[in-house]
Amino acid sequence: MNLNFRGKRLSGILAVVPANERTFLEEMKNYNFPEARSLKLKEVMGYNKRRMVTHGVCVSDLAVAGMERLFQKNQLGRNEFDAMILVTQSPDHFMPPTSNIIQGRLNLKQDLLCLDINQGCAGYVIGLIQAFMLLDQDSIQKVVLINADVLSRKTSPQDRNSYPLIGDAASITIVERGEKEAVIYADLKMDGTRHAALIIPAGGFRLPSTPDTCILEDAGDNNLRAKDHLRMDGSTVFNFVQAEVPKLIEGLLARAGIPISDVDYYLSHQANRFMIQKLADKLKVPQCKMPNNIVEHFGNSSSVTIPLAITYNLSNHFKNNNSQVCLAGFGAGLTWSAMLMQLGNLDFCEIAECA
Amino acid sequence: MKATIEILTDIRPECDFNASKNFMGDGLLDSFDMITLVAALDKVHGISISGVDIVPENFQNLQTISNLLRQNGVVL
Repeated sequence: MNLNFRGKRLSGILAVVPANERTFLEEMKNYNFPEARSLKLKEVMGYNKRRMVTHGVCVSDLAVAGMERLFQKNQLGRNEFDAMILVTQSPDHFMPPTSNIIQGRLNLKQDLLCLDINQGCAGYVIGLIQAFMLLDQDSIQKVVLINADVLSRKTSPQDRNSYPLIGDAASITIVERGEKEAVIYADLKMDGTRHAALIIPAGGFRLPSTPDTCILEDAGDNNLRAKDHLRMDGSTVFNFVQAEVPKLIEGLLARAGIPISDVDYYLSHQANRFMIQKLADKLKVPQCKMPNNIVEHFGNSSSVTIPLAITYNLSNHFKNNNSQVCLAGFGAGLTWSAMLMQLGNLDFCEIAECA
Repeated sequence: MKATIEILTDIRPECDFNASKNFMGDGLLDSFDMITLVAALDKVHGISISGVDIVPENFQNLQTISNLLRQNGVVL
């Protein structure tokens, strides 16, 4: 789906990561594989350190910590925004929306549109698309986009396919009106026929959580996980990304009339280092233009990996410069999305730790 | 071929890759081993095997791996 937006910009990005840091080496003994084999995979995939919430910490806790920091540092006024979007796959509750919970905990005004979006690794671009659409309303001057997930709480510690990758984090992006002539190009696609490739099978209404859904099972790949846990069909997801995402990016750039070499940075969702290296090779993009170090430092935090890549690698750059960037996300749904925009001269672009 | 066998044996020292025609089906490699193998083949041969070619069919046995390497310009 081709979308164009005019007169919108990002004015600040804050990433929030839990202070609790875990390493692949200390967890390796949990997996049902020889250590030497896991160590080889570590080097290729970028398994190293990652951030995980401690017991009981929820998405709203990360979001509230980040928002309070912005208020305290006068980077955002408590009543300065008119809409707050939360993109998450790990809400505090099924009901009510977690964005309403955040609104309440922060004592925000009632004249505020709160909106939860259930999206995963494609969710940064999708959240921005929603923010841009809201800004077409006269009554909405500024939108807060929160991306947050705590999926480590839904991943089996004995599942080497998923557990070493998963990180928890949140980000807060301020979206507002910008120069009228600036065009932002976006494209997104969805394929629900492949929804089972990334799924938490139990815990919803289709398969409620029961004592049986907590039982660890070996699906034949030496990994133990329960139906209550996140399941990722790694091969299917990898092949989906390699087949679909380069086409999406190439089509987006062609529509915008921008050669691949004219884009300053490709800021892709970071599922693992190998996947991003292969994407860069396929697009013939030098790896310095496509950072791939987020999994090794923070883990894969779903829709937060793009803002984390920006704040971790390019904070000073984006506070002081304006660059042509291509964002790309892909994951649960299956969903894949890309956006071409000018990004920069941000009021803030930083990472905060929360307890 | 020799380099490929050395890489495979480094990944799974306990397996005899000459004795199998179906590495994935016989349990010699899983999808993550396949990724480890591709990273090593890329490095040894100075190539980048396309992501769309990283599918089990191309890693079934020594012959299919050799075919893939030839497609990527490797002279064997």
